[in-house]
Amino acid sequence: MTIFNSSAWIVAPIIIPLIGGLLCFLWRRDTFFIALFISLANLLSVTTLLRQFLLFGPLRYRMGGWEAPLGIALRLHGPALLMLLMTAVSGIGITLYARGYFSFRISALKHNNRHEQQERFFWPLWLMLWTALNALFLSGDIFNLYVTLELVSVSAAALAALSGKPASQIAAFRYLLVSLLGSLSYLLGVVFVYKTYGILDLEMLRQIATPGPGLQMALTLMTLGLLLKTALFPLHFWLPPAHANALAPVSAILSGLVVKGSFFILFTLWFEIFASSITANALDLIGLLGAGAVIWGSLQAIRQQRLKLLVTYSTVAQLGYLFIAFPLTATENISQEVWTAVTFMVMAHSFAKTAMFMAAGTIFLQVGHDRIRDLAGIRKSLPITSFAYAIAGVNLIGLPPSGGFIGKWLLLTAALTSGQWHWSLVIIAGSLLASVYVFRVVSRLFLTPDEAIIQECRPHSPLQEWPALFLAIIALLLGLIAPYFSLILETTEIVANLAPGGGL
Amino acid sequence: MLTNNLYNLCGLLLFGMGLFALFACSHLLRKILAVNIMSSGVFLVLIATAYRPLGAGEIDPVPHAMVLTGIVVSVSVTALALILACRVQETSNHSLSQSERNTNDGDSEE
Repeated sequence: MTIFNSSAWIVAPIIIPLIGGLLCFLWRRDTFFIALFISLANLLSVTTLLRQFLLFGPLRYRMGGWEAPLGIALRLHGPALLMLLMTAVSGIGITLYARGYFSFRISALKHNNRHEQQERFFWPLWLMLWTALNALFLSGDIFNLYVTLELVSVSAAALAALSGKPASQIAAFRYLLVSLLGSLSYLLGVVFVYKTYGILDLEMLRQIATPGPGLQMALTLMTLGLLLKTALFPLHFWLPPAHANALAPVSAILSGLVVKGSFFILFTLWFEIFASSITANALDLIGLLGAGAVIWGSLQAIRQQRLKLLVTYSTVAQLGYLFIAFPLTATENISQEVWTAVTFMVMAHSFAKTAMFMAAGTIFLQVGHDRIRDLAGIRKSLPITSFAYAIAGVNLIGLPPSGGFIGKWLLLTAALTSGQWHWSLVIIAGSLLASVYVFRVVSRLFLTPDEAIIQECRPHSPLQEWPALFLAIIALLLGLIAPYFSLILETTEIVANLAPGGGL
Repeated sequence: MLTNNLYNLCGLLLFGMGLFALFACSHLLRKILAVNIMSSGVFLVLIATAYRPLGAGEIDPVPHAMVLTGIVVSVSVTALALILACRVQETSNHSLSQSERNTNDGDSEE
């Protein structure tokens, strides 16, 4: 099986969706089958990387044999591998769901030309976005991270504008500007890093980075840019309109995957590369903003009258948890647990939120509106979708055995053992608020008042309902395979040397 | 060294001016231009990084590669932003300057 040992496999998760995106753009027929084939091929390549990772430890690869600083370095470490896996699995679900969603809309008599056009542009943009995300997770130097960030924003903004409604156009335009502002701030930070150290490679930076004014400036700029892109409260103003006005598969992509990209960079910079220069005050400030996001996002979600906006504000709240983890890493001996907790929260939220947006999209298409007040008894006509929504909700609340439960449990333990118990109050309050906004919808979906008229649902393909359930169940069972994830995260040393690549 | 610092300061000044304009102007085209000025500022600082004193060897080629990449990114992003701005104007029947208030969400940036 020497072919599976080649170090060139690390390029596959970038090349495969890229080829797929170009093919979809050129072919324009059977694009769904291209996309499905590509997502399966991507899963294969990520699995191969997982196998290599378990055998050999973290991987590094220099594209075309060029050395730093001019060459492009790729690296694969534990968190990146888990993010790739998350994207691969969510991606398959999104691809299947998007097929069901678009074919349902095209089969409707109204505006089917417009819907066909939307589907035609959706596939190439989605695969390009996938390329950019995979490249982001694999990038080994801070400048390439900037390029991948921009690629993600461009395709994400184009996807957000796809629905064609005036509100979504404005939201997409604003989304693009905010992303650009974030990227430029990050780039200026990169410039400061280069001025101070003269290198861009992440591994080398980790070895030589020492606290100093240049690095402080750089870190501040990069952090501000990335926080803006990750929509941490109070920089979240752009997120609800952009995510809520997009098409359902696009909202799933934006909420489930795109915000995780910038968060991944932020977390790597703070806790891996420049860990020595982070002060306790900065950690506390980020934690405070995270707590604000949890409370504010949850309260807003409880107030919303429309299902999609509720799900969007819950994204703001759930992102807050990721930042509450920051001050908990300050204690030396538990930082590994916090890493695991954050990875769990990210993965569980990604699967659950993707499933939730899919369910919300299906409900919207079938019922024709998403006013929470009038959603009574949907379970009768859409049992699988309602069930998927409820399971995803269980994840957001954090009930066992879901991935969200493991994440919150680890965070709570870390908060208590490090003596920072005040953060545990926020975590618990957030869970309670989450249960309010989840049950507010779930109770509507499942309880049928006597006088309610049950609408017959229009015929639709199973692809519209099952992917959501599939992803929600993965999120639910994530907790059961927790030990394997810790194993991957704890592999930080190179175990054995990989056979040199056979060239690409 | 003085010239180098002058370039750095100019770059940062451009970045700051762009940032101010991005928030102060409500016209969509002005916002796009503001972002462009900001990126020019960053590129100027980056170019100044390549400076080496006379006789201290060749200038550093890496920032040039970075600026070239950055310009390519900036041009394509500007194109997308312009298209989106045109679509906003076409679909919303609002003049570009008014469109900022037309979002349907509760907590906008104003």
